[in-house]
Amino acid sequence: MFKKTLVLAALSAAIVSGTANAAAARDYVSIVGSSTVYPFATVVAEQFGKTTKFKTPKIESTGSGGGLKLFCAGVGVEHPDITNASRRIKKSEQELCAKNGVKEIVEVKVGYDGIVLGQSKAVAPLNLSRQDIFLALAKQIPGKDGKLIDNPNKTWKDVNAALPATKIEVLGPPPTSGTRDAFVELAMEGGAKKNEDLAKLRGATDEAEIKALMAKLGIPDSAFNKKGKKVFQAVAHGIREDGAFIEAGENDNLIVQKLEANPNAVGIFGYSFLDQNADKIQGAIIDGKEPTFENIADGAYPVSRPLFFYVKKAHVGAVQGIAEYLAEFTSEKAYGMEGYLAEKGLIPMPDAEREQFRHDAKMLTPMGML
Amino acid sequence: MVDQQNTRKRTIDIVNASLKRRYARERRFKAMGLGAVILGLLFVSALFVDIFSKGYTAFVQTHIELEVYFDPAVIDPEGRRDLDEISRADFRKIARAPLAKLFPEVTGRRDRLALYSILSSGAPYQLLDMVKDDIGVIGQTRTIDLIADDDVDMLVKGHIDRDTAAADRRVNDTMIGWIDRLEQLGLVKKKFNTRFFTNGDSREPELAGIGGAAAGSFYTLLVTLALSFPIGVAAAIYLEEFAPKNRWTDLIEVNINNLAAVPSIVFGLLGLAMFINLFGLPRSAPLVGGLVLTLMTLPTLIIASRAALKSVPPSIREAALGVGASKMQTVFHHVLPLAMPGMLTGTIIGMAQALGETAPLLMIGMVAFIVDIPGGPFDPSTVLPVQVYLWADSPERAFVERTSAAIIVLLAFLIAMNTFAVIMRRRFERRW
Repeated sequence: MFKKTLVLAALSAAIVSGTANAAAARDYVSIVGSSTVYPFATVVAEQFGKTTKFKTPKIESTGSGGGLKLFCAGVGVEHPDITNASRRIKKSEQELCAKNGVKEIVEVKVGYDGIVLGQSKAVAPLNLSRQDIFLALAKQIPGKDGKLIDNPNKTWKDVNAALPATKIEVLGPPPTSGTRDAFVELAMEGGAKKNEDLAKLRGATDEAEIKALMAKLGIPDSAFNKKGKKVFQAVAHGIREDGAFIEAGENDNLIVQKLEANPNAVGIFGYSFLDQNADKIQGAIIDGKEPTFENIADGAYPVSRPLFFYVKKAHVGAVQGIAEYLAEFTSEKAYGMEGYLAEKGLIPMPDAEREQFRHDAKMLTPMGML
Repeated sequence: MVDQQNTRKRTIDIVNASLKRRYARERRFKAMGLGAVILGLLFVSALFVDIFSKGYTAFVQTHIELEVYFDPAVIDPEGRRDLDEISRADFRKIARAPLAKLFPEVTGRRDRLALYSILSSGAPYQLLDMVKDDIGVIGQTRTIDLIADDDVDMLVKGHIDRDTAAADRRVNDTMIGWIDRLEQLGLVKKKFNTRFFTNGDSREPELAGIGGAAAGSFYTLLVTLALSFPIGVAAAIYLEEFAPKNRWTDLIEVNINNLAAVPSIVFGLLGLAMFINLFGLPRSAPLVGGLVLTLMTLPTLIIASRAALKSVPPSIREAALGVGASKMQTVFHHVLPLAMPGMLTGTIIGMAQALGETAPLLMIGMVAFIVDIPGGPFDPSTVLPVQVYLWADSPERAFVERTSAAIIVLLAFLIAMNTFAVIMRRRFERRW
């Protein structure tokens, strides 16, 4: 037995020592990033692997922020070549990239994703404005005297008399999710802006003006920031924690199942889940627009966001297949109006924009500083 | 005397009086225990029923039986029989031609495309593989079961309700008409889904399989076993048989017991910092996964191995020493063989635990979309429970049954491993 153990130990030592060389070369494209872009990027990767001589790229689902962090860690085969993001790269992230030697980044926008407030088919669809959404879900809303108070609304009827008297019960993603970021930015901020004082606060840059508005709204001084926009965002992004908004985790399928079981509940998720489950759920109308493919594509539906991926230019050529992967992703048959990504629920960009990004991807035009 | 009798009587009275209550208490306890067991079984069976009822359909896949003509003019127009050239040929045309022949009334580009979507996007590759296997097939007509699209599969299996309004259905009325025609002709077949076991991941549910994830799990566990078993056993032997009992060994013991209870994600973070960032090992590789899981299972293994060594009676050691064996000989010739069954049981249980682990692998990049089946511990790969997690989050309806089917496979592995551990214990366990 002792001999066997010794052999095993020697074997495992050999495995470990062999790895030093393994990291030196990589013959597949390594992709990280957003879980929202993941279902689209994987389809492209699979097609790419089947139709070219290159290996199928490896795609990790790390979230937009996590992906950019890995992406910006440096140049070299141990770092990923491409990161997917459900929002634009931030200035701070670009600076981090530059600091680590990742100077030239190619930005490719792939299309749009609509954020849907889904409901069971058993009830009539809610007809909401963004203001209704803000008033229903914000932690603090302006009261009768204009000062912010804890959200007292219990039913949709409390929010807007035209809405049904059902309990507000919204299932949504946790704060770590890109979907949540986009939702608060597009729907909640859009609704908060409808309040005159909050809108003024958003535009305010003068210290005295901000302080005056804060006093009027009853925001404590501790929340003061030199930029009025930051103070505004703190209010607009605050989601109530009294049970009306339920964090349902990152799994959108789970939200869909819960909506089926509870017709009064509303769920927040990406358009592709509505597209795949249109026999069970429907999307609420927002600002008079239904969440349909056409409405999201032409920008009429207000709660939609662009999806991106970022390419490390220094890796093109060093790792085989990056340029070809870009060509596949930006081809008409992939991200075009009738491409296979549209079939999976991605909303394509208008023709001119697609042409532009295809050109940029081909020429590997690096993006400027934000 | 009288007094004594009175006391005796009183005692027996007390006993008799309390007897009923004591029996009742015992019955209550038994009932509660039984209730707990039944409740547990109820939950487990609810889980199993739910998973099996959702998942069993994934083990069959809808195929469309078609007469495929391997047209040399399309596959190999120049007749050179060069496989590279053939790989680039438009096999879609070959797969679609028989469908067009069955439905000659379907004309117009859009309608034709809709008709062709009955077949999976993997069907052309199915034909290409046939040609690769036997180049002589070119120019012949064969009856082949081509893979159907996932929407067709869902409809045939009854997961798409035909009664819902047409606009809300993934499959429209014309499509249903075509499928019904094919069914009347007896061309729609449900066959055992071998691809589910041999293919890697795919975004097309009908092509997605657990082959890649199973291979990844295999390599990960291989690394884990190769490292944790020798290290764990050696550590246990040293601590139990050789180490002096002092403050330091006490400290080590406390630490090992503590490590066994550390949440697994912590080991993932450690693995990320150590193996990937410091040693520069590749991300997403089973090797790193195995190393992390080794760290995770080692404490369990050491504790189990020490318990096994402890259960060997001292008389064995004393007898061996008495006939002149050295300490080393005593341990390796007498104690270790007797403790081995217990150690192996501990190892198998540790491995089963490692097989079901996802959290630490999240940190080291094994939660990834990987199509190619890994060929060794350095290739990027994923593992079975991660595959379950990834599929559970996919929007396509057909992934629901595949998720459950993958869980069934994972459970089967776990049950097999644990059963093996129980059998081993029954077989080799010795009682003194």
